Amino acid sequence: MNTDLIIGILNIVLISTTPLVFAGIGELVTEKSGVLNLGLEGLMLVGAVTGFITLVLTGNYFYSLFFSIISGVILSGIFAFLVLNLMTNQIATGLALTIFGIGLSAMLGKKFSGTPIEGLNPYFFILISFLLVFLVSYFLSKTKSGLIIRAVGENHNSAYALGYNVIKTRYMTIIFGGVMSSIAGFYISICYAPMWQEGMTAGRGWIALALVVFATWKPWRLLVGAYIFGGVAIMQMNLQAIGVKLPGQFFNMMPYLATIIVLVFISSNKLRLKLSAPASLNISFEKNQ
Amino acid sequence: MISIKLREEYSNLIFYLSPLVAVFLTLFFGSFIFLILDLSPIESFKIFFISPISNSYGISELFVKATPLAIIALGLSYCFKNNIYNIGAEGQLTMGAIFGGGIGILFNDSTSIFLLPFMILFGAIGGAFWATIPAILKTKFNTNEILTSLMLTYVALFILDYFVVGPWKDPAGYGLPKSVPFPDAGRLPVLFDGLRIHIGVYFALIICFISYIVYNKTLFGFKLRVSGLSSKASQYAGFKYKNLIFYTFIISGACAGLAGLFEVSGPIGLLYRDISPNYGFTAIIVAFLGRLNPIGIILSSLLIALTYLGAEDAQLFLKIPSAVGFVFQGLVLFFLLGTDFLNKYKVSIS
Repeated sequence: MNTDLIIGILNIVLISTTPLVFAGIGELVTEKSGVLNLGLEGLMLVGAVTGFITLVLTGNYFYSLFFSIISGVILSGIFAFLVLNLMTNQIATGLALTIFGIGLSAMLGKKFSGTPIEGLNPYFFILISFLLVFLVSYFLSKTKSGLIIRAVGENHNSAYALGYNVIKTRYMTIIFGGVMSSIAGFYISICYAPMWQEGMTAGRGWIALALVVFATWKPWRLLVGAYIFGGVAIMQMNLQAIGVKLPGQFFNMMPYLATIIVLVFISSNKLRLKLSAPASLNISFEKNQ
Repeated sequence: MISIKLREEYSNLIFYLSPLVAVFLTLFFGSFIFLILDLSPIESFKIFFISPISNSYGISELFVKATPLAIIALGLSYCFKNNIYNIGAEGQLTMGAIFGGGIGILFNDSTSIFLLPFMILFGAIGGAFWATIPAILKTKFNTNEILTSLMLTYVALFILDYFVVGPWKDPAGYGLPKSVPFPDAGRLPVLFDGLRIHIGVYFALIICFISYIVYNKTLFGFKLRVSGLSSKASQYAGFKYKNLIFYTFIISGACAGLAGLFEVSGPIGLLYRDISPNYGFTAIIVAFLGRLNPIGIILSSLLIALTYLGAEDAQLFLKIPSAVGFVFQGLVLFFLLGTDFLNKYKVSIS
């Protein structure tokens, strides 16, 4: 193999993995505070479509990113209100958010499907994604606010008894996760593709969720996991290029199969999973018990 | 001052009334969507919810859409009651279509009356087989079933794609990614000439009836309810929780596979890429909206089927994308979950 090819492959891996890092790190923070948000796929799609439409209408990348983020704040805010104030089932509410997001993005984007745009250079966001992992890791382990988030995620009743505002903390982490997902969506439709197509995130939101489990809720492991995953996803193209004879569909299903295999590998150590998962994950906090 | 108190007694009335409240709230907010799109809400609702079922063809189509939704949702209710989140019904449906439809393609010159029963059987087996995978991974390796069942959906869709562009492609199909049509012996009988409503409706009703009996009259149904409320209690009672996970996955997979086979051997008549307009995912909403109650699921499947028809008409007459149907489905689930608050808490203003 020559160096050009290797650099080329690394470049593709970098570009294609970044949305997983954004969505994954956002969800990691949300889950650290004890909330499971299964709505990533919907958040990403709506983020992607609002960014795209804004860019087509205004031609301004800043506005495009801004409105994409706003869409994430609004949608994750609704999710937060339901699971925190109305104490709804987090799994069902997340699914509702995904279905709603799939529908909303398809409805809004119909007119714009196929409109050509000039893509944005992805390297700035790639850099940010690395920085973000560093910041989140530092924030969670070294700052007081990070400690409060972890306390709320481990035992919300104790955290509440100590005087921390569980609901407010969780609002913050849910909205942070929502914003990160919508940035991931923005990146896909503006930098990576660049275009809009119905359902274009192709399950990346779910893969990001799997990555959080794979990372056992640790930011740096999430980064490593995302890149292993991105590498596997890209390997399919190269295997095809080298001339491995298999129908294309079998290469296409590799990322999903890889996710399952990795999950099995991580989860089979029951104790380790139990020790690293936030203890209050997916449990509603009821103040007036 | 608004005061919120935990209810001491569970209110059955509110439990069954809240889906209706959710539907009304959805319609209320839906009218804003129409207003934003610069359409008259009343006219739009007429096109969305009334005109699709104003003739016999429309009513038949309503049942054509409601049948797969009801069958899948009835199956899912077993999982959800047990607090197991199988959200890969779309993949199980696809696998059912591949297994059952495959029989129809391999025995394409058959005129035997046994062909259709075999296709139905293999459809159910295909769906159950695909659901067994997350069940094994959950029970043996403690793997999250939400993620695995969903990932398997993508895998199943690629497998279907492989068959319809590869080995099962119709040689006389002008290169289109579709299989040969199933023989007449492999087509699901319709109930009335000229309409698409088929005998799958009877299957949905039978499954509904059986589920009602299972939930209310059998030990298995009791075990499901107990372990759904508290998996610890069920373990103390000596119920084998792992077996329950297995059974519920297999039941829901078989139902989804059956629905997939009914789709391809009923309205479609062959295999191709887009056999299901997200029935597997929408059925999750149907199950919740029907309160995991067999009769409730039949009713909610009809309502959600109407959003499919309405969305098609809206695309035709109002020129809005049919995805608006999914927006309504998402909204209805949001509101349903939200109104659940009233089941648990008493809100009073003083």
